[in-house]
Amino acid sequence: MYNVKVYVTYKESILDPQGEAVRGAVHRMGFEEIDSVRMGKYFEIKVQNHDERSVEEVIETVCDKLLANVVMESYRYEIEKVKETV
Amino acid sequence: MRFAVIQFPGSNCDVDLLHAIIDGTGEEAEYVPHTAESLEGFDGVLLPGGFSYGDYLRSGAISRFSAVMDEVKRFAEEGKPVFGTCNGFQILVEAGLLPGALQRNKGLHFICRQSELKVVNNTTRFTSAYDKDEQLTIPIAHGEGNYYCDDETLKELQENNQIVFTYASENPNGSVADIAGIINKKGNVLGMMPHPERAVEDLLGSSDGLRFFQSMVQNFAKETADV
Repeated sequence: MYNVKVYVTYKESILDPQGEAVRGAVHRMGFEEIDSVRMGKYFEIKVQNHDERSVEEVIETVCDKLLANVVMESYRYEIEKVKETV
Repeated sequence: MRFAVIQFPGSNCDVDLLHAIIDGTGEEAEYVPHTAESLEGFDGVLLPGGFSYGDYLRSGAISRFSAVMDEVKRFAEEGKPVFGTCNGFQILVEAGLLPGALQRNKGLHFICRQSELKVVNNTTRFTSAYDKDEQLTIPIAHGEGNYYCDDETLKELQENNQIVFTYASENPNGSVADIAGIINKKGNVLGMMPHPERAVEDLLGSSDGLRFFQSMVQNFAKETADV
């Protein structure tokens, strides 16, 4: 069993209007030292062992086809192996 | 001709599309659920606006995996007319039937009002009843209509004359090159953010959208008859 964390954000080259709006708000809070805010999506996924395909393979396919739109978004993921819960 | 108007969970312009076909062009149209596995007996397919699956994840991202989408892809490949407006356009780009992506509007607002469009390409089978560079009044209603594509794709769209509609006066959502609607290379899959189906009679504030459906019917009907 694996716990997978997936992070999806707009690519650097793409304007993130929501992140910009949040940045405006933190500046109004008085924290001018906050330079930039990028907003994205976070997924927690549990994956069982599979004989024929690796967890990386599964996660990358799911990210490419569903979780991220690779035209405008990029993603990264972390995989943690955990003991089977009974 | 007989058109299928696909109903996804959360579609809300399906009635308008059906009305545009039946009352606007005098052709046949029927609702088809997103779970349908066959579009046998239809000559074209229309994807309506709305908020399918609550726009979860991204607009259109979940709907593209609907059962009926295999048939929509088949129609696209076979050269039959495939039209998506608003959420329908978002589903077509998510499904990879049209290039690019639709991002959140630049100003973050959901915008619902009339927009001025320019007919950039009147040589498509969807726009032949318009004049080149003619200006149309067609409503928009979207929060994620900011069309994005990379420079390479934009160049390709321009070189192949695939940009069909642009915003004429001001760009409401920040889209690349003021793009409001595009067509595939083959010329049978068109997607646009504005709603021509909401502009098919003067009572609705504009009838500029009517000729869109009339062009589609006239040109594709001719082809169907030729085969």
